[in-house]
Amino acid sequence: MVYQIINENGLDNYYSIEDKPGIKPAEKNAKFNFLKNEELAGSLLEFQSEQTNNISLFLPQIHCSSCIWLLENLPKLHKGVTYAQVNFVSRNAYVSYNPKDISLYELSVLLDSIGYPPVFEKKKKAEKTINKSLLIKLGVTGFCFGNIMLLSFPEYLGLKDDVSEPVKQFMQVLIFVLSIPIITYTALDYLKSGLKSIRAGAFNIDVPISIGILTLYIKSTYDILALNNASYMDSFAGFIFFLLIGKWFQSKTYSSLSFERDYKSYFPIGVTKLKEGKEEIIGLDEIEIEDEISIKNEEIIPADALLLNDFAQIDYSFVTGESTPVSINKNDKIFAGGKLIGTAINIKVLSSVKQSYLTHLWNQDTFKKQESKYAQISNVLSKRFTIGVIVIAIISAVSWLFIDTTKIIDIVVSVLIVACPCALALAVPFTFGTVMRFYGKRKFYIKNIFVIERLSRITDIVFDKTGTITQTDKDSIEFTGDQLTSIELDCIGSLVKQSSHVLSKSIYHSITINNTLNVSSYKEEIGKGISGLIDGKHTLKIGSSDYLNIESTKEETAVHVSINNEYKGKFIFSNTYKVGIASLIHNLKKDAALHVLSGDNESERENLEELFAQKEQLNFNQQPLDKLTYIKNLQEQGKSVMMVGDGLNDAGALKQSDVGIVVTENTFNFTPSSDGIIEANSLIDLDKIIRSSKKSIVILAICYAFSICYNVVGLCFAVSGNLTPLIAAILMPLSSIFIVVLSTLLVSRSFQKHYPKKDKSSSNKN
Amino acid sequence: MGIIYLLILVSVALAIFFLVAFVWAIKSGQYEDDYTPSIRMLFDDEIKKENGEI
Repeated sequence: MVYQIINENGLDNYYSIEDKPGIKPAEKNAKFNFLKNEELAGSLLEFQSEQTNNISLFLPQIHCSSCIWLLENLPKLHKGVTYAQVNFVSRNAYVSYNPKDISLYELSVLLDSIGYPPVFEKKKKAEKTINKSLLIKLGVTGFCFGNIMLLSFPEYLGLKDDVSEPVKQFMQVLIFVLSIPIITYTALDYLKSGLKSIRAGAFNIDVPISIGILTLYIKSTYDILALNNASYMDSFAGFIFFLLIGKWFQSKTYSSLSFERDYKSYFPIGVTKLKEGKEEIIGLDEIEIEDEISIKNEEIIPADALLLNDFAQIDYSFVTGESTPVSINKNDKIFAGGKLIGTAINIKVLSSVKQSYLTHLWNQDTFKKQESKYAQISNVLSKRFTIGVIVIAIISAVSWLFIDTTKIIDIVVSVLIVACPCALALAVPFTFGTVMRFYGKRKFYIKNIFVIERLSRITDIVFDKTGTITQTDKDSIEFTGDQLTSIELDCIGSLVKQSSHVLSKSIYHSITINNTLNVSSYKEEIGKGISGLIDGKHTLKIGSSDYLNIESTKEETAVHVSINNEYKGKFIFSNTYKVGIASLIHNLKKDAALHVLSGDNESERENLEELFAQKEQLNFNQQPLDKLTYIKNLQEQGKSVMMVGDGLNDAGALKQSDVGIVVTENTFNFTPSSDGIIEANSLIDLDKIIRSSKKSIVILAICYAFSICYNVVGLCFAVSGNLTPLIAAILMPLSSIFIVVLSTLLVSRSFQKHYPKKDKSSSNKN
Repeated sequence: MGIIYLLILVSVALAIFFLVAFVWAIKSGQYEDDYTPSIRMLFDDEIKKENGEI
């Protein structure tokens, strides 16, 4: 069945493309204009030659299996495309094309016309290679571990005497050879990190691990080469293997999400510069002060500038969170980050991209979050642990001085070996890694596992209003005034239909219209209102209070209407709050103090006061910098702050906060850099998220307790001088496996209990 | 007892072969996308031809 649907969808899509002209008129695709600049386009390519160009394109619109089908059939749509391969998981398409037949610009336009506008971003590739090398290390270690264990089998089964001496020797040497790749390649990261940490005067978990690894390895090498005895190499290999598995488990990343975007992701890669009447496309970095730049509809202003045209409407929702567009007149200043709505304008640049108000905010030094501030629990523990182990080693050495001096070295070595905190090192990755996966299933994606720890310590939660707790683009519109007749409604509808203003459009969609009437002498005074003669009978004026010459003192977003010079009333725009937000706030209040920072005016104060059941800590007219300082002040009071926001205007606050969470309708939208991304529908689970993060800390503590128990048992063997390679080979993997199972089980149970799955079928494919 | 040397060497060699295959699989990017190929194999050749003629 599914198969059929795929094909039908695919076919339908295919036909619809064939009907359309391959490439739409160029003006509509102004957003790709920068690709006409060969240098810029070239920098995006992965491979370039005369015959073939290869590029990896990020297509956020890929969402179903027929998308794959359609995109992989791209060569059939245009003969210039020679090859296309889709990576569904990361929403990428790898395309090879012949630059003689199709340019990158044309390719982008083609993709846009079939519904997959490519998003160009300069990407970092480092992460993928890290993941690859970790997998290779895991493979190599697994191979060595398995073979060493196989060769140690005679030892495990007590067949020592059945194996002849030369065979035994051969096996031991082979074990030693197999251990070489581990110590020189796969375990090297731990040793390096341990050494670095000692040099820095700190003790992270890698210090006791390195001590354990080295003693194990040196002792085993000595046993094999000098004494020709059974060695601890199997424990050694197993230890590294488990550590790497833990590392792999916690390195789960959401490859299609980006948590580290900088301001450049928001801006176009190139802009159109006007030079002596000619248009020229230049890169963002090449913009200079005094340059004249042409901005098209829906384009983002790249730098602070002066408007050269008479009038423009700028949507600053990115910057200020204010949802209503702002009108700008000639020679007024436009701030970078605003989006142009309406016809193309020319602007004169006042400051370079980096120095603009918004980008300046992004680059503030305070944002360099000191990770050390959030000293991980394991680091604190490992310091005490290392000291404890050394003390025990010394004590046992001293006491054996009186029992049997020949055994002292053996005892100290076995204490150091058995105290190797493998289980301890696994507790964090497996507990938090499992929590992270559970969050992911519930559409809450976090940057890394350390966010969970910070999440559990949150004392204050700060909300941005627009788009976070209110529905975006779904303002509720209410008419107050005289009751409108259906003819009057028709008149209003017919008039506002003529205007492309956002508010006009909203009104048009909110009222019921029976007939569209004829509009004559239509006039639009930009930024003020519209008027016209409807059906030749009624003169209508719709617009601001100034436009209609009436007095209005209330702070609200309203559009007034008069018909035949008689004032009828006004449309009031107010926000609708997300469903379930009230109960979320109620639940959150038990755990943390709540704050609201809104970029909008105070018109919503009453509603918010009611919603939050508090009068304080609701702040309006907040500029991006105000939000940042607000969070900073809270932190200076010793509070741990979570910021929940959505736009670029919250970017500073998100970075400053201890946990910055971005709310988004679509996870593939641009989101400012943050610690976590949550889908708008899952926001109502925020209380459960915080509660489960607290639970996971408790689970971690339980795991620590168990792993320390294991270490105590092991130390008993070591101190009493009974630690044989066989006991080590049993005890060490057993404790590791036990911790892995325990942490995973406890987390799953707590999630199922406190955070029941709502939608089983929509498992996520990240 | 001499056969044990051969057996051990053969088993290690076999394991090395699989290790090399694993490393090759990682390097050629087979683990980067574990979803798309499963869909791709469903695209029928016949239907492709049909479309090609349009």
